[in-house]
Amino acid sequence: MDASFAALSDATRRGVLAQLGREDASISDLAEKFHMTLTGMKKHVGVLEQAGLVTTEKVGRVRTCKLGPHPLEQEMAWMQAHRRLWAVRFDALEDVLEELTRKEKVDARKRK
Amino acid sequence: MHEKESERTRMKNETTVERKSERELVVTRAFDYPARVVFEAWTKAELLARWWAPKSYGLTLLSCEADVRVGGGYRLVFAFGGDAEKPMAFFGKYLEVTPHSRLVWTNDEGGEGGPVTTVTFEEKGGKTWLVKHDLYSSKEALDGDIASGSTGGMGESFDQLDELISRRGIE
Repeated sequence: MDASFAALSDATRRGVLAQLGREDASISDLAEKFHMTLTGMKKHVGVLEQAGLVTTEKVGRVRTCKLGPHPLEQEMAWMQAHRRLWAVRFDALEDVLEELTRKEKVDARKRK
Repeated sequence: MHEKESERTRMKNETTVERKSERELVVTRAFDYPARVVFEAWTKAELLARWWAPKSYGLTLLSCEADVRVGGGYRLVFAFGGDAEKPMAFFGKYLEVTPHSRLVWTNDEGGEGGPVTTVTFEEKGGKTWLVKHDLYSSKEALDGDIASGSTGGMGESFDQLDELISRRGIE
């Protein structure tokens, strides 16, 4: 779980996941797509692989990457992220609610 | 004193996210305000604009339109990470508008057959219980959103993960 969190905290790695969601790709394809060195991309794929989010397979000289065997972990990480977004959003909503309520009270007092 | 109190109340009101079924995603939260006020904050564009894109996410809301009546449309345009050149628009149509209790809208930015969102506001025990329910057209559609992180707001929520991770590191 923690590994998934860490893996998903990087914009490039999230991009790689989105890309692999569309189609499998080699490390050099990914490096090119994300304007990165081969070594840099290898590191990112390594982190994703350790988290179980991506698997790789070497055929001849090409290492192909695809989405990993742990969709559940990915889903849990996604749920956490989604919850976090809504929690922050709802906190901001509460600030608005507090202000609306305060305004109503002032208006009610003015009407009296 | 007052501020501390409201902080404590706020901590009790937890946000939950659950995949209720293969096609359903549900977000819930209680608010210590009447349903009438909560509903107002969801149905006036100028209020919606103030909380839908929290500043702490580094999100910029470029525009927010919401014509909240049956058949009316909404359109929210964001820029992620200050990148105003790549705005993302989220838009759709309101299917149901029942004052203070229920809103239903479509999510059309991904083309036809996007998820349908239902938000209900229910007063119970001095609180308003809010349930946001997304119904996808298929299991694959929801799986796809999860895999690609394309559900509205994913970009910023993952950014928030950075903060979450660093905070866990401190604990």
